[in-house]
Amino acid sequence: MTMPGSMSLFELGQRAMSAQMVRMNAAASNLANAGSVSASEDGAYKPVRAVFAQELDNATGLSSVRVERVMTSEAAPVRQHDPDHPLADENGDVWVSPVDENEEMVEMLEASRQYRNMVDALSTAKQLMLETMRMK
Amino acid sequence: MSEGLFGLHGAALEIRSQRLGLLSSNIANAATPGYKARDIDFAAALDARLNGADEDRAVSSATRYRVPVMSSLDGNTVEIGTEQAAFAENAVAYTATLSFLRGRVETVTRAIRGE
Repeated sequence: MTMPGSMSLFELGQRAMSAQMVRMNAAASNLANAGSVSASEDGAYKPVRAVFAQELDNATGLSSVRVERVMTSEAAPVRQHDPDHPLADENGDVWVSPVDENEEMVEMLEASRQYRNMVDALSTAKQLMLETMRMK
Repeated sequence: MSEGLFGLHGAALEIRSQRLGLLSSNIANAATPGYKARDIDFAAALDARLNGADEDRAVSSATRYRVPVMSSLDGNTVEIGTEQAAFAENAVAYTATLSFLRGRVETVTRAIRGE
């Protein structure tokens, strides 16, 4: 179906799925750190987000996806007055990580659906290739 | 192109297979900012192929950017419903072409065997 050495449909799918996996892991890390508390503003957890970029293979015209970078959110940690907290500073404040749990859930859902789309596309392509090979 | 024995089905299968890859690329890039979805105009590609263009040239001359129904803020023009529908349609057409070819092969085999 494709020339040897160039990106195959399976490679395309594999890379796309890995990229979605990175995205899902980022959302999972954010969710795990939702509500985590720190003693200082700098120490608070910052949400991370994967940024995708197209990966074009000129030989076949196929484009896959790669994670270009993992972006750290600029959102400021939430200052909370909680003098009883063991991590509270001299003003009695703690810093809570600025994770929007709804946003992360949506991100995770979208990543998992796109992962599935790729699995479906791959299994269809695989079936068609097998049928082509079986043609006698 | 072996026009004689298999008619246009060989060329059709090539283009269907290329389109399968292109539509998979679109599905893979559903979340890539700025990605522009592409599709192959099958009729135009088949026409070019049957008129003597090689596979790559026929396909690239018939590749078009998809016009989105609703454009998104990040410039990505993949609409997953459109892509899934096109992918399914292409897969069915690929299977149809395959069965035409299979029928042809069977007929010829039978003729050779003298059945």
